[in-house]
Amino acid sequence: MQPEPTPVVQPGPVLEARGIEKRFGSVSAVAGVSLEVMAGRVTAILGPSGSGKSTLLRCLNFLEVPDAGEVLFQGKAVRARDRELDALRSRVGMVFQQFNLFPHLLVWENVALAPRAVRGLSKAEARRLSLGLLARVGLSDKADAHPSQLSGGQQQRAAIARALAMEPAALLFDEPTSALDPELTGEVLAVMRTLASEGSTMVVVTHEVEFARAVAHEVVFMDAGKVVERGTPSEVIDAPVSDRARRFFGG
Amino acid sequence: MIGPDGQLTSGNAGRLSRAPWWLLLLAFAASVFAWRAMTSEIYAEIFKAILSGLGVTLGVTVIAFPLAIGLGLVTALGLVSPHPLRRNIATLYVQVARGVPILVQIFIVAFVLVPLGVEGLRWLGGANSALGSLRASDVPMAARVIAALVCAYGAFEAETVRGGLTSLPRGQAEAARALGLSRGQALRRVLLPQTFRRILPTLGNDLISLLKDSSLVSVLGVRDITQEARLYASSTFRYTESLTLLALLYLALTLLLALGVKALEHRYRRHAA
Repeated sequence: MQPEPTPVVQPGPVLEARGIEKRFGSVSAVAGVSLEVMAGRVTAILGPSGSGKSTLLRCLNFLEVPDAGEVLFQGKAVRARDRELDALRSRVGMVFQQFNLFPHLLVWENVALAPRAVRGLSKAEARRLSLGLLARVGLSDKADAHPSQLSGGQQQRAAIARALAMEPAALLFDEPTSALDPELTGEVLAVMRTLASEGSTMVVVTHEVEFARAVAHEVVFMDAGKVVERGTPSEVIDAPVSDRARRFFGG
Repeated sequence: MIGPDGQLTSGNAGRLSRAPWWLLLLAFAASVFAWRAMTSEIYAEIFKAILSGLGVTLGVTVIAFPLAIGLGLVTALGLVSPHPLRRNIATLYVQVARGVPILVQIFIVAFVLVPLGVEGLRWLGGANSALGSLRASDVPMAARVIAALVCAYGAFEAETVRGGLTSLPRGQAEAARALGLSRGQALRRVLLPQTFRRILPTLGNDLISLLKDSSLVSVLGVRDITQEARLYASSTFRYTESLTLLALLYLALTLLLALGVKALEHRYRRHAA
C-alpha cells in the first residue's frame, strides 16, 4: 500500500520531460525533446509515421527507458528503478493502439485488476468502482462479457475505463483510434472529448487532426525525432510556420 | 492438409467422417478382450496381480508432475531473466537434463546423488544428531525415482513454459506494467494465466509421457504395474497375457488423461488469447 497522494494542486506541470533522447540501434527515434503537461490540459502530439511521437509518449512512463534526459512527475525526477516506476505508473494511465485488454479476464475484471492488486481494494469495492467507470464509457451492459466479444471501439472504451481505474493524475493515449475503422473511431473520440471537458490531464499521440483542433490546448508537431512546432491548435494546425508542418497539414 | 476454406480440417465434413472411429475401434477391441478376460480365470488372476501396482504408478505420476511443473516454472523464469547468472544456471540445467537419457538420470540420482546427499547431511548434522544416523537405505527407491523424474521433466516443462511466455503479445506485459503492477503481479495475474491456457495441450502430452515413463521405476524394483506384470510373467511364463494386459492398462489410463485434457482445453478455448 502506498500513502494517499496529497490533494494539493501542483503549481508546476504534472508531467515534464526534459531533453529526452532515445536511440534504437543506429536510429535516433527521439532526439532531445522537452514537454510540459499542465494539470487539466490536453496536449496533442502530431506528426508523420516514424517521427518518434509514440516513442516519446512511451518514455513518459518508461515503457521505453530514455537514453538521456529526465522525466519529472509532480515536480519529482523519476528514476528507472522498479519501485518508483510502479508508483509513477499507477498514477499515470495509458491507453494503447492495440487496446491490450487482458483476454483471460472479464471486462469488469480488466478494470478492477489494478485497484485490487495495487491499491488492495476488496473484490466488491473493485467491482463497484469498475461498474461505475464502465458506465462512464457507455459499457454498463458489457461488464460481464469477455473482451473478445466486444467490438474494437468497445474494447478501446473498456481500455480507457481500465486506465481511469487508478484515478490517474495524467492519461497517455498512444494512437488510440489507429486500429479502428472510421465508424468506431467516433465513439472512442467522444469518450475522450468528455474526459477532456471534465478537466482530465491528457497527452494524446494521434493522427486525428480534427480531434486535436477541437480538444487540444497545445499541439506539438514532431518530425524525425524533434519538435518542429508547438503552440495552440490554431497556430500549429491552421497557420504552421515550418515547411514540414505546412506539408503535413496540407495548408 | 489445408482445405479450400483455409481450415486445417475442413469444416464442412459430414457427421460420419467426423465421428471418432479410432475410439470406437479401440473400444470394440477392448470389449472383446474384456469379455475373454472375464470368462478366463487366468486373465482374472493376472489382472489382479498387475492391479496391485496401480497405486504406485498413479502415485509416482501424481506426485512428480506438479513438482516438475513447479521446477519448470522457476527454470523458465530463469531462462527469460535479464540476469546473466540466473539465465546461465537455468540454461545449464535444461541442457544437461534434456541431454541425458531418463534411465541414466534415474541411476545417477538413485545411486550417486542420493548417497552423496545423505553423506552431506550426516556431515552437517554431526555424529550424535538424528541426521548423523541417517543412511542412504533410509531413502525409499520410489522417492529416488520421483526425484529423477522431476529433474528430467522439469527441463521439458521449463521449455514449454518459456515458449508459452514468449508467445504472448508484448502489449500484455506492457499494459500490466503501465497499470502499476509489479513484475511479480504482472506475471501472476496477467502473463502466467494466459501462458497456462496456451500450453495446456503440451502439458497434457507431458503428463501422458510421464505416466508412461513412470514404468521406469521398475528398474529399481519398485512394484508399479510394469514390475508386477514382469514378476508375474517371469514366475508363470505367461508373457503374452501379462504384457498384453499391461499395455492395455497403460492405454486405458493415457486415453482417460487425453480425454480429460481435451475437456479442459475445450473449456478454455473460447476466450483464450
